[in-house]
Amino acid sequence: MYVAVKGGEAAIEKAHRLLADRRRGERTVPALTPEQIVGQLSLAVDRVMAEGSLYDSELAAMAVRQARGDLIEAIFLLRAYRTTLARFGVSRPIDTAAMRIERRVSATYKDIPGGQLLGPTFDYTHRLIDPAMAEDLPVEEPARRPSSEETALRVTDILNSEGLIEPDARSESEPGDLTRDPVSFPAGRDLRLQALARGDEGFLLSLSYSTQRGYGRTHPFVGEVRIGLVDVEIDSPELGFAVKLGSIRVTECQMVSQFTGSAEEAPRFTRGYGLVFGQSERKAMAMSLVDRALRADEFDEQRLAPAQDEEFVLAHCDNVEATGFVEHLKLPHYVDFQAELDLLRQLRRESHPLQHEEETQEAAE
Amino acid sequence: MSDPILSVRDLERRYASFIGCTKVSFDVWPGEVVAIVGESGSGKTTLLNCISGRLERSSGSIRYRMRDNRFPDLAELSEAERRFLMRTDWGFVHQSPAEGLRMRVSAGANVGERLMAVGERHYGRIRETASEWLQRVEISPDRIDDQPVAFSGGMRQRLQIARNLVTHPRLIFMDEPTGGLDVSVQAKVLDLLRGLVTDMSLAVVIVTHDLAVARLLSQRIIVMKNGRIVETGLTDRVLDDPRHAYTQLLVASIPES
Amino acid sequence: MTLPAYNFAYLDEQTKRMIRRAILKAIAIPGYQVPFASREMPMPYGWGTGGVQVTASILGPDDVLKVIDQGADDTTNAVSIRAFFAKTAGVATTTRTAGATVIQTRHRIPETPLKAGQILVYQVPIPEPLRFLEPRETETRVMHGLEEYGLIQVKLYEDIARHGHIATTYAYPVKIEGRYVMDPSPIPKFDNPKMRNSPALQLFGAGREKRIYALPPFTEVVSLDFEDHPFSVQRFSQPCALCNATGVYLDEVVTDDRGGRMFVCSDTDHCETRQADGHRGPGLPQTQQEDAA
Repeated sequence: MYVAVKGGEAAIEKAHRLLADRRRGERTVPALTPEQIVGQLSLAVDRVMAEGSLYDSELAAMAVRQARGDLIEAIFLLRAYRTTLARFGVSRPIDTAAMRIERRVSATYKDIPGGQLLGPTFDYTHRLIDPAMAEDLPVEEPARRPSSEETALRVTDILNSEGLIEPDARSESEPGDLTRDPVSFPAGRDLRLQALARGDEGFLLSLSYSTQRGYGRTHPFVGEVRIGLVDVEIDSPELGFAVKLGSIRVTECQMVSQFTGSAEEAPRFTRGYGLVFGQSERKAMAMSLVDRALRADEFDEQRLAPAQDEEFVLAHCDNVEATGFVEHLKLPHYVDFQAELDLLRQLRRESHPLQHEEETQEAAE
Repeated sequence: MSDPILSVRDLERRYASFIGCTKVSFDVWPGEVVAIVGESGSGKTTLLNCISGRLERSSGSIRYRMRDNRFPDLAELSEAERRFLMRTDWGFVHQSPAEGLRMRVSAGANVGERLMAVGERHYGRIRETASEWLQRVEISPDRIDDQPVAFSGGMRQRLQIARNLVTHPRLIFMDEPTGGLDVSVQAKVLDLLRGLVTDMSLAVVIVTHDLAVARLLSQRIIVMKNGRIVETGLTDRVLDDPRHAYTQLLVASIPES
Repeated sequence: MTLPAYNFAYLDEQTKRMIRRAILKAIAIPGYQVPFASREMPMPYGWGTGGVQVTASILGPDDVLKVIDQGADDTTNAVSIRAFFAKTAGVATTTRTAGATVIQTRHRIPETPLKAGQILVYQVPIPEPLRFLEPRETETRVMHGLEEYGLIQVKLYEDIARHGHIATTYAYPVKIEGRYVMDPSPIPKFDNPKMRNSPALQLFGAGREKRIYALPPFTEVVSLDFEDHPFSVQRFSQPCALCNATGVYLDEVVTDDRGGRMFVCSDTDHCETRQADGHRGPGLPQTQQEDAA
């Protein structure tokens, strides 16, 4: 006799118990602490904060642990938590020119005021798995340059002083926020940048790569990539001045791209911009390439490639949305499937009535 | 009839620093076929796209005679009115049928789409009309359920024509309608077009680089170079007695047939 | 570290107000998709985040909530969403259609007719009925704005030309009050007639796509068709094997590996209620049919 499947509740409960077991792993091995994750898997934490749109390394580390190292799942955890937070204020724009720089490279000038600083980079390491990683060997203290109050001029400011590049767009208007207001197309650059900053690193990487291979070429040069700490300040109406809340680490990329001009304006370089939480050069560079590609209309460029298509890029760059919808296919669909089955059987009956008759006869035999 | 159906004045379209077309003025009368000729880069396609509402103009005016005899600038029409015009009163035949057809939708639906867009909801009637139109453009009605991907280039172009004419439009824009076809196929499509244009007394603006096409279809010619009109007149006069040096060059470059 | 306690029904009051405004607008323009600033919810997109946000915004402490997926209260996702609201809102839950004030659903409309005062909340994956014909939002919004619905009719035409029938069996497009074409969410077309003139309020939430739309009570809902190929619903040739119900939507259940099949109500509450009332289907043990076959 048939009994309908029951007990979804009990099954879920047991599945979660098993998940907790697998997450913990071998009990004789000490559990990871958030401090360890923040300290030793810091780039994973940075990515989760960047795409989770929430700068909190401890929460991000907890999310990474809870997600068993699945970063998109960790991003999702952080995003869901972010939903519940009240918004108590809006900071002033951060000033990346005043950044306390940890790394800064330019591909457009050999030497620049403030210097090229390699910082903690994988570049120029040989990708050989280091046997030392199997053990906990002592690590040398890093060499430090004498701290200076000098700030490093941004490369785009150098170009701008000659008028060779489009200037920073100054605007007093409030930037949009796609987490608070629905997006309508065309979205505008503020919302595009926000979407890209939250967007999936892999998706943006591939899109930006496609622009280099001819699908929306922008002839890019890395004007500058800089990583470091910037202050976050908030205007205090009571005090009448801005108050520093703390510092955050960000990566900024200014991509200098092909020049444009018109009857009214002399030709000059254009820019693509990337800014992400934490240290993520790959993401910031990819973002700046895609930003520039998306500005095609501004410069009267033909829009043919996916990376130039605002609606396409914005609608598909969010990995929390993407993973949810792709994975929802495993939810039951049997009501709709039943409807399709019925139709298919009917169509087969109508298109080959004889054959169907034979089949039923065979089945009856 | 003494009133033009389409009237273009001082039309200009710029792309950033360079000029697509400028200082273009001309009229089209009901039932008249006007050919715009010139080499590639002369601005003829830009002009066609501007007057058919597919490309925004930078300045100038484009007026169209509505069925109720109003004569508004297209910019005065609402988006809804413009779109309605495009799927009822106007047609656009692209050089590449793939642009003007739904390649993965049956021939019947391609022809029937405009009917459904204006509210026809009877499957049998839509099919009947589609079938008649297929015959009119010399496609066997047996092919009504086949997709254009299975059609030859000439058939696709004829299907595109049928799709445009099913709502009995008054003005058709054509962009090199025979440009992508073999010479032997071209003749058949041109012949068909000429017949339909006469039977339905359509006004047509046709862009072509092929002076033979212009001679066969049009009553009047506009010659363009570098975004400007250099010569205009009755087709026979312009082709037999070109006055502008550029037109003379164009005419001289065609081998006598 | 300790995380702060969550608000009633998870969402903060600001967010709820924003969603309620979208709902009110949706009710004012039946069938029109109202954009809203969908929040990230603690369940994945595509798993009912739109429905959950709508439910969270309309739920009060006195409400009685029912959640179904595929017509059943005990499917895993339904269990999970019901547990979410039991935990975050502490509301009473039920599996009885008649006893619920708010019913959140995925893919079905309950068989028991809804009453005035009840609210049915649909989870919607793709709210745009024109999406698979035209992928661009900028284009489809204009099409709705100008009532350009020829393309969707082309799709139905193609179905008939190819199969002899309209071959859309679920998420079957409907026209609301003669104006907007609407996606009813992936309910089987069998359920389409239940939307029309329902005394209940029907709300549709699409979280990932950030759209809310609504059918106020007693709204005209017409399934698109041709005059000579009118809309029709699925019919099942046998009654429910458990409760003997006819005129209801049935799930096909594979009973063994020798091609054995049986058909039972997709709406589990409806089936159980009928069985409790003494209705016995042919699939229950006291009949001899199975042995005879």
